Amino acid sequence: MSLDAHALEEPDHAHHDDGPPHGTLQSYLIGFGLSVVLTAIPFWLIMSGVIANKAVAAVTVMAFAFVQIIVHVIYFLHVDFKSERGWTIMTFLFTVIILFITLSGSLWVMYHLTSNMAPTTAVMRQMP
Amino acid sequence: MTVLTDTAAPGTPAPVFYVADEHEHPEGSSTYLGFWIYVMSDCLIFACLFAAFGVLGGNYAAGPAPKDVFELPIVAVNTAMLLLSSITYGFAMLAMDRNKVGSTLGWLVVTALFGAAFVGIELHEFAGLIHEGATPQRSAFLSSFFTLVGTHGLHVTSGLVWMVVLMVQVATKGLIQANKRRLLCLSMFWHFLDVVWIGVFTFVYLLGMLR
Repeated sequence: MSLDAHALEEPDHAHHDDGPPHGTLQSYLIGFGLSVVLTAIPFWLIMSGVIANKAVAAVTVMAFAFVQIIVHVIYFLHVDFKSERGWTIMTFLFTVIILFITLSGSLWVMYHLTSNMAPTTAVMRQMP
Repeated sequence: MTVLTDTAAPGTPAPVFYVADEHEHPEGSSTYLGFWIYVMSDCLIFACLFAAFGVLGGNYAAGPAPKDVFELPIVAVNTAMLLLSSITYGFAMLAMDRNKVGSTLGWLVVTALFGAAFVGIELHEFAGLIHEGATPQRSAFLSSFFTLVGTHGLHVTSGLVWMVVLMVQVATKGLIQANKRRLLCLSMFWHFLDVVWIGVFTFVYLLGMLR
């Protein structure tokens, strides 16, 4: 749309045709730099096996993934409070809630999936 | 018997039965939000596949475990391909903002090459797994693995098809408003696939090596 058409519209409707917010060269490079670091560190952690404790290693790697997803959403997908009058972030947060329910709910409900299965050889070896 | 007639007095304007203050929307102005909602719904497909992998990922049926079949260096190279394709797509968008057709097309070609390299490496990995006997029907772990990673690979492949179509569109029609809109939608799709891949390499490959 041309600037003339903008001027004819009411001021509070003028941002309708902005579309998604555009990144700048700087924002893309910051996002890329951060994601390279946030990818390289977890790969190095697992490939070198620096953290002996598996639970600690798993939590660390998941924390890096969490941060990297946020970096991508901000710097590459340009989700902010302004675009589309906030509907972008509203739908995004709604999806995050559904994701959380789906993932945690599935893992929780299916936690005892194999409890009634015949014991495997590994379990039988520990039996008295 | 009376004849039903229009009760409005002659000369008055026709009654309006809808809210008349709806203003004009430029063509395609709702496309971005609509496409974004599609991307979010695609997220839910992946959520279900991740949940299935989370539940079944440890059921090896006496078959191979992640440690036996995954090769992290290949996954690292694959991740680099997708990450590089994300930044080059960003450069294509910046060139599009400056209305430079040649440079937009150039960056799109680079992006498509990185994307094709990603799909190629993934297919090579799958072929290796199947050759070793780690086929989708071997165990629940491998079924859910192939479904999750394969669905992501299919998304990348369809993104590549879309990208080639848009390159032809831009080359023939130039950076018209409709093409810019399409490129911005593909941008959302492409960066979204990179976000899903973060989940894949973390939960499937890296955490798989810890099992």
